[in-house]
Amino acid sequence: MKRRVLFAVAAAIAITALPARAQTEIQWWHSMTGALGDWINGLANGFNATQKDFKVVPVYKGPYDVSMTAAIAAFRSGNAPHILQVFEVGTATMMAARGAVIPVTELMTKAGYKFDPKVYIQAVSGYYTAPNGQMMSLPLNSSTTVLHYNKDAFKRAGLDPNKPPKTWPELVTAAAKLKASGEKCPFSTSWISWTQLESFSTWHNAEFATQRNGFGGTSTRLAFNSPLHLRHIENLANMAKQGLFVYKGRGNLTDATFWTGECAMVTGSSAMYGNIKRNAKFENGISTLPYYTETAGAPQNTIIGGASLWVMSGKKADEYKAVAGFFDYLSRPDVQAKSHQDTGYLPITTAAYELTKKSGFYDKNPGTDVSVQQMIVKTTDKSRGIRLGNFVQIRTILDEEMENVWAGKKEPKQALDDAVKRGNEQLERFEKANK
Amino acid sequence: MEKRAVFRSPWLPYALVAPQLAITIIFFFWPAGQALYQSVLLQDAFGTSVQFVGLENFSALFNDEGYIASFQITAIFSILVAVSGLAVSLVLAVFADHVIKGALAYKTLLIWPYAVAPAIAGVLWLFLFSPTLGVVAHALSTVGVNWNHVLDANQSLALIVMAAVWKQISYNFIFFLAGLQAIPKSLIEAAAIDGAGPVRRFATIIFPLLSPTTFFLLVVNLVFAFFETFAIVDAVTQGGPGQATSILVYKVYHDGFKALDLGSSAAQSVILMTIVITLTVLQFRFVEKKVSY
Repeated sequence: MKRRVLFAVAAAIAITALPARAQTEIQWWHSMTGALGDWINGLANGFNATQKDFKVVPVYKGPYDVSMTAAIAAFRSGNAPHILQVFEVGTATMMAARGAVIPVTELMTKAGYKFDPKVYIQAVSGYYTAPNGQMMSLPLNSSTTVLHYNKDAFKRAGLDPNKPPKTWPELVTAAAKLKASGEKCPFSTSWISWTQLESFSTWHNAEFATQRNGFGGTSTRLAFNSPLHLRHIENLANMAKQGLFVYKGRGNLTDATFWTGECAMVTGSSAMYGNIKRNAKFENGISTLPYYTETAGAPQNTIIGGASLWVMSGKKADEYKAVAGFFDYLSRPDVQAKSHQDTGYLPITTAAYELTKKSGFYDKNPGTDVSVQQMIVKTTDKSRGIRLGNFVQIRTILDEEMENVWAGKKEPKQALDDAVKRGNEQLERFEKANK
Repeated sequence: MEKRAVFRSPWLPYALVAPQLAITIIFFFWPAGQALYQSVLLQDAFGTSVQFVGLENFSALFNDEGYIASFQITAIFSILVAVSGLAVSLVLAVFADHVIKGALAYKTLLIWPYAVAPAIAGVLWLFLFSPTLGVVAHALSTVGVNWNHVLDANQSLALIVMAAVWKQISYNFIFFLAGLQAIPKSLIEAAAIDGAGPVRRFATIIFPLLSPTTFFLLVVNLVFAFFETFAIVDAVTQGGPGQATSILVYKVYHDGFKALDLGSSAAQSVILMTIVITLTVLQFRFVEKKVSY
C-alpha cells in the first residue's frame, strides 16, 4: 500500500514537472549591459515576432569571463544554454572543446539554410573559422582598435583637428605639442595587449605568434619580441619617460579618461563611440590606428575584439533548427545595419556595410566608418586573427610585463622576452591539456 | 570541577551536532576533496579531455617564477597586515580604555568599519587614493609625493595593506579592549605605587597579561590576510602593477576562473590550504607555550 502511494505521488510530480508545450525556449546567455543589453533584447524580440514555435530568451549572466565560467559549469552538469556569447580571447578554448560545441556551418547546413561564409567580412569571420574552413561561431559584436582624439585639445595645441596623426612618429610630435599646451595626458591606451601588440601586429602584417598566429594548431608559439615590436615598445617607453604617454591601468580603465577630457588621444575600441557621444563635452574625432611607414605591407588590417555566439551541444534537433533560424535572422542586412548604426560595432556582412553607406549614415556621423575601413580588406595569413589557448593568462602576463616597462623597472627587450617565455609556458600547457 | 554535559539519550547528542557537521562536510570537506582530486588532473575548460598527471601541476607551479614571487608577496603582505593591524588596534584600545568622556562614541566609531564588506573597503580606499580624482592623492601631490599606485608597486602594496588593516582594526580593537578590561586594576595601581612609569607598566604587566588575546588575534589576522583579503585585491589592484599585489589567493581565483586552468588552480588551493594548516599548527604548538594564562 505504502509503495503504491509513493509511486502515485512520484508519477504526479513527474507529470506536473513536464513543461507546457506552448513555446520551446532557446536559452541565450550574454554579457551585454545598459544600452547594449537593450540591443540584445531587441534582437531576440525581433526574431520571436517572426514565428510562434520558439522563443529566444536572453539572460544576462555577468561579464564575459563570469558567463563563460558559468556556462562551463552548466555544461559539466548537463544544463548548458543553447547559445553562449563568448569573448574573442575564449575562442581557442571553445574550439578545443571537442564535443561541447556545434560549429555554425554544420548547424546552418543541417537546418537547410544556404550558408555562404563569403557574405561575412573576412577580417571578422576569419577570426572564428576553423582550419578546415568551417565557421565555428557567429560573430555578433565585433569592434576594432582605432585612435580617438580630442579635437578641442588639438585646436588648443595648435594642431589641425582634421588632420589626426597617421603614423607613430606623427603621434609623438602631436603628443609633444599637446604636452606643451598644458595637457597632462597627451596619449594613453586601453587594452595594451590588444591595441599595442596584437592589432599592431596585424596592422603591420607581422606575426604575433607562429603557425599563422595560432590558426595552424596548438603548437603555436609567441613571436612578439621581433625587432619591429621591440622598436614600438621602446618608442612607447620613451614617450612614457617624457610624459607623453601616461599609463592609466589595465583593460578598459582608460576609456573613461578620454570622454572626461583627461587624455587627449586614446587608442582603444571603436565601440567606445556610444559612450563618447553620450558623455564627451568636446568635439571628438576618430582616426585609424597609427603605423610605421617603413614596414612593408603596412597598413594591412586591424584585429577585432568583442564576442561571438557559440552553439552548445546536447540539445534537441528542432531546437537547433530554431537556433539556425535565429542566426539567419541576425545576419539579415537590415538587422545587421541597424545593429551597426545603434551600437558602433562593426557590420559583420558586406551587404550591411553597403546598406549603411547608401543610407548616408557615415556622412551624417563622420568617423564611424573608420573601423570598417580598417577591416574591409582581404586578409593575409598573418592578419586573419589570433587564436591562442590560455589567451586570458597571456594577456595578463603582457599587462604585467608592460607595466614593468612603463614603471621603468625593466628594459623593453627584457620585458618582451620574459613575456614570450612566460606566454609560451601557457601555450605548452594548453597544448598538453587539449591533446 | 569538570564541566561536562551528560546526555541520557544515546542519539540526541549526535542529532544536535549533525547540522553543524553536515555544513562542515558540504562546505569544507567536499570542496576540499574535489580540489585535491582536480589538482592531479590536467583538463581542458569543459572537462571533455581529462588526463591524470600526478604531481605535475605542483611541479609546474614550483618552476614558475611568478608563483614563487607570489609566495614572497603574500608573506610580506600578511606580516604587514597582521603586525600593523595588531599594533594600531592595541594603541587605540589602550587609549580607549583610559578615556572617560565620550568613551562610548569613540568605541562605536572604531567598531563600525568591521561592518563594511572587504570589497567595499577596497573601493573606498581606491577612491581616496585614485591618481586621477582621489582626495588623498591630491593632498599628497601638494606635499610633493607623486602617488600613482597604478604603476608604483610599493604604493599599490601599501594601499591594499591600508585597506585590509582598516577593516581589521575594529575586530582587533574589540578583543583588545575586552582583554584590557579583564586585567585587575589593583595590579596596575600596585605597580604605579612602586614607581613604574606607564610604559614600564605596559611592557611588564599589561602586555603579558594580554598574551592570550594577542595570540588569538595573531592567528585570526594571519588567516584573514591569507584568505579574506581577496576581495580587496580584486577591487583595488587586480594583482597589478606587474605582479606586485598578486597574493596567493588571488592567483587561485585568476587561474581558476579567468584563465580556466582548473588543474593549476586546484593545486594552488591545496598548497594554500597546507600552508595555513601548518601555520596554525605551528602557532598553537610553539607560540601557545609562551602564552601565560
